[in-house]
Order: sequence, then structure tokens, then C-alpha cells
Amino acid sequence: MNKTTPRPLPTSIDATVNLLAEADYLADRSLGTVLYLALKMGRPIFLEGEAGVGKTEIAKVLASTLGRRLIRLQCYEGLDIAAAVYEWNYAAQMIAIRAAEAEGEHDRVRLEHDVFSERFLIKRPLLQALEPDAAGAPVLLIDEIDRTDEAFEAFLLEVLADFQVTIPELGTVKAAHAPIVVITSNRTREVHDALKRRCLYHWVGYPSAERELAIVRAKVPGVGKRLSEQVVGFVQGLRKQDLFKAPGVAETLDWAGALSELDVTALDPATVSDTLGVLLKYQDDIARLEGSKVKDLVDQVKSELRAAE
Amino acid sequence: MIDRSEPSHPDLLPNGERERTGRLAENIIYFARALRAAGIPVGPGAVLDALEALKVAGVGTRDDFYWTLHAVFVKRHEHSILFDQAFRIFFRRRGYIDQLLAMMLPQAPAAPQAPQAGATRVHEALFAGLDDKLKKEHEVELDARMTVSDREVFQRKDFAQMTAAEIAAAKDAMKRLVLPLAEVRTRRLTPHLHGHLIDIRRTLRASMKGGGDFIDLRFIGPNKRPPPLVALLDISGSMSQYSRIFLHFLHALTDARKRVSTFLFGTRLTNVTRALRERDPDDALAACSAAVPDWSGGTRIASSLRAFNKLWARRVLAQGAIVLLITDGLERDADDTLAFEMDRLHRSCRRLIWLNPLLRFEGFEARARGIKAMLPHVDEMRPIHNLESMSGLVAALADGGDSSADPKVWLRSVA
Repeated sequence: MNKTTPRPLPTSIDATVNLLAEADYLADRSLGTVLYLALKMGRPIFLEGEAGVGKTEIAKVLASTLGRRLIRLQCYEGLDIAAAVYEWNYAAQMIAIRAAEAEGEHDRVRLEHDVFSERFLIKRPLLQALEPDAAGAPVLLIDEIDRTDEAFEAFLLEVLADFQVTIPELGTVKAAHAPIVVITSNRTREVHDALKRRCLYHWVGYPSAERELAIVRAKVPGVGKRLSEQVVGFVQGLRKQDLFKAPGVAETLDWAGALSELDVTALDPATVSDTLGVLLKYQDDIARLEGSKVKDLVDQVKSELRAAE
Repeated sequence: MIDRSEPSHPDLLPNGERERTGRLAENIIYFARALRAAGIPVGPGAVLDALEALKVAGVGTRDDFYWTLHAVFVKRHEHSILFDQAFRIFFRRRGYIDQLLAMMLPQAPAAPQAPQAGATRVHEALFAGLDDKLKKEHEVELDARMTVSDREVFQRKDFAQMTAAEIAAAKDAMKRLVLPLAEVRTRRLTPHLHGHLIDIRRTLRASMKGGGDFIDLRFIGPNKRPPPLVALLDISGSMSQYSRIFLHFLHALTDARKRVSTFLFGTRLTNVTRALRERDPDDALAACSAAVPDWSGGTRIASSLRAFNKLWARRVLAQGAIVLLITDGLERDADDTLAFEMDRLHRSCRRLIWLNPLLRFEGFEARARGIKAMLPHVDEMRPIHNLESMSGLVAALADGGDSSADPKVWLRSVA
């Protein structure tokens, strides 16, 4: 994405939806409302939803359209302060100590002051987000917070309340502008209520047929009109089946791209069966759709489109 | 009336606007109350947030009003439906608010069950005065140090044949079961005296104290925690008594460690984890009974497992959970789906322990189709019909199991 000049925050819900649309992210009105409120009230946004519906995309799109820096903290089990906030460059510090010793430097206070200075501080994402930025407050994306544990959540709650972090040797670092915080979760664990209460919550669901069609047209330009309609119709039909994991928007876009690479202009059961692995990732789901089921679905899609014309 | 609850239109006169904002605040407070009654926890802070949000958002349409309140009040995906219904009812007509609040009163708890051994209990209740003396001695005997043989008998007595007093004593004993649940390593590192990794940060700080002359190594090692526990209880006709007792056990467990999820299944699957979080065990069980409509009905194990795998497995089995499946395995029409769903469940968790009350019968053999389909996908099969088996289960959860509960033994005997 091109780095655009920093822009002020949108001033209304319509402006927010249009802002996202500029980067080809077609959001529905509820998401626009939550985003606008979060930006205006200075609250973090908590996005929950199935995998592949575009939660992480929102943060990236916000950063690119508002012209702010995107700082990403990918959460995992065992994430601690050393990996999330800051760490000292121990190797360099040890060398500095040894060098001072070799020079005969014995003033302990001066040595400590030297060794624990900003020169040897490695700044991790949370600390980077608190630093002043000429372009305005950065966008801090805390991705997949359900993968960490409660200890980190408690720490995060504290940071999000005051936007300040204390480094014992250096002092307190406080953010001049509170960053725009986007937290995503795949719901593999119940995130604690205290954190959710601090944020504005939104569930990102699967899009409607019209919106998905617009997304496919915007993101995969090479796909023809007829194919894109059929692709969207098929995926919407798939989601109504009793599958273990329904395909998300990312899978739809992948499939549309794959079909256009194969120079397919219209769906037929053979091609669909061959490329089903792009949409469905579980063997029992693919087995469930074997043979005549695919043909039935394709026929249904085509007849519905013909009826709509 | 509905106009009063709509926020002020931009081109309204100032004093009219002030009056409307006052009414708006009232309406939002009443709406928050309605949401609370409907089951969405809404604190007073949320009401203030809602007012600020409405001011900031410059709401003009009903849709925007809906989504603004939704953004502030709803913090869980499951509450979205409740919010929708509450909004529809509340913002339709003012007079309906009283009706709504009346409708949303908490439901009365389920009528007490009449179990098989209930005859004894009814008898006791009716003739309480007569048997009082005897009963007192009996209770004192149970509370005070029982003789070894008495205690042994009590440990081995089947739950289905216990009287009310014995069941109460059993519940007490379960609470006192020491739960040294085995802890597993997590990826979080904490200061450890003899860890295997060097904690450079603390090492350096310690060495700074000596002017950097010598380096005194400090270590870190992995943190240990008990893994999450998920219990799936069958509450069909024959199983309901054992499930009830086991719920007490789970309630005691839920106090001790936080990550216990409990599901009841019969004809449908219900998540009763929140109900079991009540402090008082009787309240907890009453809440469970209220939540489940199909107690002591039929059972379809395969479809319940399928529902669990599809809707809940990815949410509660993360971080290496141990699954306790309490069912007798007697599926009416066992087909491939049962084996498939058990296989999937087995692959999604750290350990799958099957607690089968049919093991109380001496001559038990794994002949039923359902049982044969489920056994290969289970790590252990254990009995669950008396206190001794409960202690055995606790020991198994603590050590990691022994070979006495190996399911292959049962499969080999019928092969």
C-alpha cells in the first residue's frame, strides 16, 4: 500500500465507511459505526469472528488510509514483557561492561547509568506504539489475543488504561497521542470480560451475497462478471450446508483468483470438484461434497442467477 | 412516545434539545435495565458510555441508533440476539416496558426430581419425627470417625442405592477429595531455581551489584499449570443419577481451578459452565436443571458429539484440555458417525477419559455396538459409580493414569 499523507480522523459514520472503501475494504454499516465511535471516543476496538473474515485487514486498511504507521503485535502462548514491550541488548551491555573494566573504569554509578541507557534498549511493539510519531498516533494491531494467557491480558489491560509503561531503569514512558488500538480474536479461548469492557466489541460475520460480490469485484479484478456471480452464489450456498468449517471471505477470494488463473469463465462440476481444496480445509467436508452434491449445488446456483435476471 | 426516545434532530431549538436529552438519558437507563433483566450484564459505566456515544455519533437514523447502542452494550456474540429482541420490544411503544420487565423475571427453578431411590427419601421426609433419633445416631456415625470397614463399605456403595443422608455425606466427601491435579508445562517462563535457561536480565542485574566483576547465573524455567478440563455429561434416563452426583464433583472442581467447562447432553447439547460457577452447590444444580429442558429424556450420543465438535471444540479445547466423557455408550442406532466424532474429539484434546457407570457390573463386556465403536478412540475407560471410583479418577488425573484403565483390555476380551 502506498504511504499516504496523514489525514485527520473521519467526522461521521458515512465518512468512515467511505474511508474504508477507498482501500477496497467494503464494510457494512455496523462495522463503520463501531470504528467511528472507537476513533472518536478513543477506545480500543475488539474484533471477534471466524477465521478468514477480514479482521486483521481492518487494521491494515485503517493504517494505510489514515496514513499512520502500523505496529503489529502477534500474540502467542507465553508472550511476556520482554517480547511485547522492551528488552535490553544484553550482549552489547556485557561488552560495554568488559570494555569499561579493561579501561579501568570503576565508578559503579556511572557504569550503571551508561549501561542502562536508551542506546541499549530494544523497543518492542507496545513500546514503539507509545513513542511520539510525526504522522500522528499509530495504529496498534494486537493480533489473536486468544492465544496468550490471562497474565498477559491483565498486563495489557493496565497498558490500555493509561497508555504508559514503566521501565525501572529509565522511568515512565507515556504516549503523547493514544494509539488507535485494534484487538482481534479467533475465539479459541474466552477473553476476560475486563478487557472486553474496556473496548468496543464487534463480531465480524460472513458478508451478504451483494457485499461479497462487490468485494470479489474490487479485490480480484481479472474475474469476469458471470464467474464472479457464480462463485459468490456457490460459496453462499456452501455456508448453508452443515460443514465443519464454512469458507470465509479469504477463501472466496482465493478461489476466484484460482479459477481466473485456470481461465475458467463459468462453473462446472468437474472444475469445482478439482479446486474444492481451495475452499474447504477439512477432509470430511470435502468428502461430504463428493460427486452429485457438487453438481446439485452448481445447478442450483445457475438456476437462481437465471431467475434473477 | 417513541419520538421521545429518538435522539435530538440536528436542527432543533436549544431548549427543546435539552429537554429531549434529559428524556433520552432516562430512556437509556431504562433500556439498560431491560438488557440486564434479559441477561446481558450492563454496568452503570456502560450507560454513561452510551450517552457519550450517542452525542459523538450524531445519530440520525434508527439503524445508526441501533448500532451505536449495540457497540456499547454488547460485549459477546451470544448477547447480540438478546439485544436485538430487547431493542425491538423496548423502542416500539413506551407502555410495553412494564410488560417487558414483568416478562423477564427469572424463571422459577425446576421442580425437584423424583429419582429411583426417592421412595426412601420420601419415606424419610414423611416420617422425619419418628426416625429422628435413629437418623441422628446414623449421621453422627458418619460424621465421626467411621470404622475402617464401615468407611470401606461406604466408599464402595453405589450412588443409585444411597439414601439422602448418604448422598449428602458423599457430596461432603467429594469436596474433601484432595485434588492434586497434575500440572503441565506452559510456554511462559518464570524465575526458577534450577531451570535450564539462563535469565540474562536478572543475571546482569545481579552482577551489576558487584560492579560487573563476576556473573552469578540466574535461571528461568517453564511455568506449570493444571490443564483445562472439559466434562461432557450424558443426562438421559439411566444416566441422570450418576450425572447429578458427578455435577457435584465438577462444582467442587470449578471452585478450585478456573478452567473447567461443563456440557450436558441428551437430545441436545447445553453449556452449563456458568451455572456451575454459583458458590452454593444446590443453587448451581438448580441453575443447571433450569437450563436443560431434556433431563432424563432420550440420548443421541453421535449427534451431541457432532454439535460439540462443531460449535465448542475450537473454543474450549485449546491449550491441551483433558476431556471427561460420562456416558454409558448405549447408542440406539450406532453408525459410522459415532466413531468419526469420537475420533475427532480424541484428536482435539490432550487426553480423553471415558467414565462408564456400566463398569459397576462384574460381568461387563464390551459387546454393544456403540461401546465398541467408541472404545478405540478413548485413552482410558474408568468406572464412576461410587466414591472409590471417584478417588481413582482423581488419582488418574493427578498421575497421568495407569494401565488398569486401558480400553484395549475390553476390546481384546470381545475380539
